[in-house]
Formats: sequence, C-alpha cells, structure tokens
Amino acid sequence: MSQDKRYVRPYGDTTGDGMVQMSFTLPVPHGPRAEGAAQQLANKMGMDPAMVVHSHAIGADFTFVVVYGSVQHLVDLEQVRVVEREYPLLSPYEVNSELKESLGRKLVVVGACIGTDAHTVGIDAILNIKGFAGEKGLEYYRELKVINMGAQVSVPELVKRARTEKADAVLVSQVVTQRDAHILNTQEMSAAFREAMGDRRPTLVAGGPRFDPLMAGDLGVDRVFGRGTTPGEVASFLVHTVKKGVAA
Amino acid sequence: MALLDLDGEVVGRARALAARAAEPVITLARAHTTVAVERATLRLAGITGADTTHRAGDVPWVNRVVDTIREHCGLEHGAVLPAFHALREHDLGSLTELAEATAAGQVRFTVPTGKQAERAGRAARTAVAKGLRTVDRNRGQRDKLVARLGDPARRPWIYLIVATGDIDEDVVQACNAARAGADVIAVIRSTGQSLLDYVPEGATHHGFAGTYATQENFRIMRAALDEVSKEVGRYVRLTNYASGLCMPEIAVLAGLERLDMMLNDSMYGILFRDINPIRTFVDQRFSRQVHARAGIIINTGEDNYLTTADAVEAAHTVTVSQLLNERFAHEAGLPDELLGLGHAFEINPDLADSFRMELAHALLARELFPDAPLKWMPPTKHMTGDVFKGYLLDGFFNLVGALTGQGILLVGMMTEAVVTPFLSDRDLALANVRYVLNAAGNLHEDFRPAPDGFIVKRAHQVLGEAVDLLERICRDGLLTAIAEGTFGLMKRPPDAGKGADGVVEKADGYVNPASELLEAGQ
Repeated sequence: MSQDKRYVRPYGDTTGDGMVQMSFTLPVPHGPRAEGAAQQLANKMGMDPAMVVHSHAIGADFTFVVVYGSVQHLVDLEQVRVVEREYPLLSPYEVNSELKESLGRKLVVVGACIGTDAHTVGIDAILNIKGFAGEKGLEYYRELKVINMGAQVSVPELVKRARTEKADAVLVSQVVTQRDAHILNTQEMSAAFREAMGDRRPTLVAGGPRFDPLMAGDLGVDRVFGRGTTPGEVASFLVHTVKKGVAA
Repeated sequence: MALLDLDGEVVGRARALAARAAEPVITLARAHTTVAVERATLRLAGITGADTTHRAGDVPWVNRVVDTIREHCGLEHGAVLPAFHALREHDLGSLTELAEATAAGQVRFTVPTGKQAERAGRAARTAVAKGLRTVDRNRGQRDKLVARLGDPARRPWIYLIVATGDIDEDVVQACNAARAGADVIAVIRSTGQSLLDYVPEGATHHGFAGTYATQENFRIMRAALDEVSKEVGRYVRLTNYASGLCMPEIAVLAGLERLDMMLNDSMYGILFRDINPIRTFVDQRFSRQVHARAGIIINTGEDNYLTTADAVEAAHTVTVSQLLNERFAHEAGLPDELLGLGHAFEINPDLADSFRMELAHALLARELFPDAPLKWMPPTKHMTGDVFKGYLLDGFFNLVGALTGQGILLVGMMTEAVVTPFLSDRDLALANVRYVLNAAGNLHEDFRPAPDGFIVKRAHQVLGEAVDLLERICRDGLLTAIAEGTFGLMKRPPDAGKGADGVVEKADGYVNPASELLEAGQ
C-alpha cells in the first residue's frame, strides 16, 4: 500500500485520514473546563479536528480523557533515523539455543560490585533470577553459569575468581560516583585483567546508572550499560560477543 | 460448596506428607539462631536508632551490638545474655546507650554464668515482654478500629500497590487509592532491600522502584491510612514485605507499627534471592511466630514460581508449596484465617482452554484451604505492553477471582512491564474490578462445573501430581528437593547462598526470651 510512499500519515479507516487516539489525565476537576483543556492540548499536539470522546473524574482534582482526532503531521520515511543496536535482542530461549550451538558448553559469567561500593541493586537486577523490568535475570538462563560475588569485591579477588572459573565474561556494577570512583574502579579493573591475562581476558562489561555507553574505550571495557538496562539486553550482548569470537 | 469432589483421603494424605516433609526442617530451625533473629529480639527489647557517624553510612545500633557480641563471645548463647549483662556491668540506662558505648569500643561482651546469667535473663525477659505488649496493644487497636469502621463490604479485598520510592509520595498515592476503593495498600520495597543484612533507618525518599521498609516509613503510612480509613468508613489495611535477610526484624517492626499483612514465604528468599536455605527457614519460623502474635495475615509467594516455570506444567508445585507454607505457618502458631496463601493467573493466554485451567487451579486452592484468605495474583508474565490485550486479560483474572471466592485480589495493571502505573492506570484497573464484581460477583451461586468435566478432572490431576511430588520430597528431603531445582526451576544447595555466615547453632545454655514468650503464647 504505502510501502513505496515517502510521506505517510496514521491510518484510521481511510488512507491519509491521519486518525489517532490517545488518553491522558489532566490535573483539572472534571467538567467542561477539563474537556476544553484536553481539546486545546490535542490541537496543540497537531490534532485537528480533535474529539474528546470520553472523560471522567479521578478523585476531586483530576480528569481522565480519551481523544480521537486527525493529525496534521506527515512522516517523511526518508528522514527516519533508527539507532541500530549492533546485535539483535534475543529471548531467553534464543539465547540458550544460540549458546548451545555456538559454544557447546555453558557460558561462564562472573559478576561483582567492585571497590567500596555496597550497592548490589544493579548487579542483582541483572543476575538474580528475580530480574528487572519483568525480565528474568541471567541466573534464569540454562546455558549461562552465573557467579555473583556480591559487593565490595577487590579487583585482585575478581581477577582470581574469573581465572579459576574460566570466566567468559565479567560484569561489574558501579553505583557510587563520588570523586569519580566508578570510573577509576572500572579502569583499575580492566587494567588488571589486561595485565594478568592479556588477550585471553574475558569480555569485560561495566554497568551503572551514571555510566555513558560511549565511555567503553576510556574505561578499557568491551561494553558499558547505562540506566534501565535489562537482563535480556546483557544476555543478548554476550551471545553477540561469542558469535563474534571475542569471548573464546 | 464443594464443587470439585476432592477425595478426602487424598487431601489428608497430601497434608500428612507436607507435615512429614517439613518436620526435619523445623527441627533444624529450632536448633539454630541467626544474626537477624538476635537483632529482632533486641529490637523487641527496645533498641532503636542508628550510628550516623559510621563511615559506611547509617548502621543500625542493633547491628553494631549484635556484630560486636558475636566477635567477643559468639552468638551460641543468644545476644540477650551478653547484652543485658553488659548493661548492668557498665551501669548503662538503655540498650541505645549500650550501643553507643559499644561503638566507642568501651564494652567487652562476655557470656554470664550462674546468678549473673539469671539476672541478665530476667532483665531481658522484662524488656522483651514490654515490646510484646506493644505488639499486643496494636493488635487490640486494630480489632477496635475494624469494629468501629468496619471491614470491606465484600470479598475479595482489593489490594493495590504503591511504589514511588518516596514515602511522602507513597502517602498521597495510597490515600487516593483507598478513596478509589482499595481495601489493602502494599508499599513495594526498593529493589535489593531483601539482600541488605540490616534494616535502614528513618523516613526515606530515594528508593529504587520502591520505598525502603523502615520503622519510620511504616509509622508514617499507617498513620496516613488511619486518617483515610475514617474518611472512607472502612479499615484500610497496610502490607509490606518480610522476605529477605531481615525477615525477623521486619516482622517485629511490623508488629510494633500495626501493619496488617506481610509478604512472608517459606522458600521465596531461597529460590529467588539466593539466600541460604537454613538462614531462611530459621528466620521464617521466628518471623511467623511474631506475625501470629501480631495478628498479621501472611501472604505467601507461590505466584513467583509461575513466572519462572511454566504455569501449566508447574501447577502442582504451587499446590505443594501452599501445603508446605500452611504447615510451616501452623507450626509457628498462625491460624487459617491469617494464611494468605498465594497463587496466580499466569497461564499463557494463547493456550487453548487456558481460562478453564486457571479456574480449575483457583478452585483447587479454594477447596484445599477453605478457611484461608487466599491471595490471588494477576498476570505479569504475559503482559506484553499491548495494554488493550492486558486490560482484557485482567478482566478474566478478576472473573476467576470473583467466581472462586478468593480472599485478597491484587489488582492487575494493564501497564504491567511498561511503566510504573499512572494515576489513570490504577483508576482503570479499579473500574475493571468493580465492573466484574458488580456484574458477576454472585455468579458462584450458579456455577457448577460438570462432575466429569474438564475443570474437575484438571483439579484432580494437579492434586495427584502434588501428592506424587510430596512423596518424592519426603523420600529425598526438602532441602535436597530445593537443591535440585524442584521449585521455580532454581537449584539452591543448603550450604550455599547469601547470609549463610549469619547462621549459628544454639548452645545448651541458649537464652532468647522472645522465642520463649512466643512459643508459649505469653
């Protein structure tokens, strides 16, 4: 239909009608004024005409509205820029079967909070079976062997454990950022792995709410995950590294 | 209203097997104490506050004291003997003063003997009994408020979650939820609190996807709900979480601040938080004894198994866990009316007859535990971000809840797995519940599954599988079954897991007045 078209609009029941529906809550008591406010917002958002098809009170101070209307905007498909993740997001099932196929054994992951950081929130959200954001943690994956060393692990301890476990990947979490502790700790960690194991070092992954994914090079790690990262993204990345042959 | 025609002999056999499976674990729990049990005991004895000058941040005084006692003379004899002996030796007025002196390095703890031990034990018993009287008073106060304001007009009670991370925002959301029809408010804890080996102090405003459970946060929320209870003309209950490394302490704080329900599962910490099994069973027993005393309804966590394992294949593990939870709870003194045994609507909706199976499983739980206020948990695993489909699924979940006489219904959000609920999400979710209860709340009067039909057969099958599994657990031992991944697919050996180093075998002269008073029901 509109596949070859460069410019598109939402489709309600006729090509080009631009029909969308949305719902939201305004901090205005229910009544004509609230409906009028909703109408104004919809107009400002480019919906014209906009119809407030439903409204009801939520308590004394709020109004919930449903609006249908036609948007003015056109989408230029040639202007669409998508940030491509360099690896596909896989389901746990896909992660397990890909690993089974390409590795033939369990992938070993060692995780820790290094330095004095006692905040295991991040590493636990990624590793614990309980998981995060509705996704199960890495412990849930049959083809991953997960060792969670917990908090306040020293870099030498981490290197030693990674070596004895023959870790394919090492995950470190850093929450505390006072005096750039997260950066210094992570650099110390990556340097220690390079020194101890050279090219045979495991894949190094750093995570924490204050890390910028662009910092991987500065930190000497293979990947940085920032706020809101889910276990599935990390698992998918690990599969990607295996397939690329980084983690051997 | 027995609709499933369950064989009384099979049901009796299932209970007997659960009791047999639980017995060795109960013996183990009696023979050990933990750092958390000792801390809980000292909290009952009156210790409060935290060391704000410690370089690691606020360390509760009770942790300083128990850690130091352990360092000086071990915990095999319990914490109260060395603590109350030191109190007298150093002529200190309160446990908090003792904690300050401990932090300053001025106290050398020893285990007293003879007359000195008797004296310390008596002083401890007096202090702990005072704490328990506060718990008793709160229970009486709850009964009084329920009598004055009334319970919700109908079952199931409507259970809503708030989770802003900031106790002040939680209060606003909780009061609005109560006005909109919630009967029970649960304050979700900050991610990872279950793995902290201490209970944070004070009012908190910066949780991760939830709000820290602290004594002060408990107090603030209960006070706010007391106000709104008067306004809405029914007693609004408050729920928090006892699971994790601090089960006993949080149970004590809940009793001291008149919480009404606590999440308390016998195996959740082991399976989903990788907490040491022995630690969990010891902590769980003490915490449940405290709940029994406080008249707190426990909520067990069987819903979690179904989020990891398949809800059809693993249905019988839910039944087995419910039977084990029931046994552990009874042994700790909790009566049926305080057992909010959990189960959930988690079968893949794309499966044929998924709704009939949900009905069968929910009815089975209802008929196996006729006097327990079952806790019915909404779909999460198959909530995908398609909020429209999710809203329909929640409607079917509500229908099962209404049709099978569930006690507590956790309201499902169509934005599950998308965002923390908007004000409007909660409002729409409550409208969904109201519609279903209003339209079909009395449908159970007409509902009779065919005697040889799908639902009855499925329920019998699940019960049969549960009995088979219980037989295996009795043969191998519960700890082995847990180690082998029987529940929720997680393998947890008894000597591994977090908090294992906090477990201590009791010596002959072990003294704990809290355990004594709770066991004796005094």
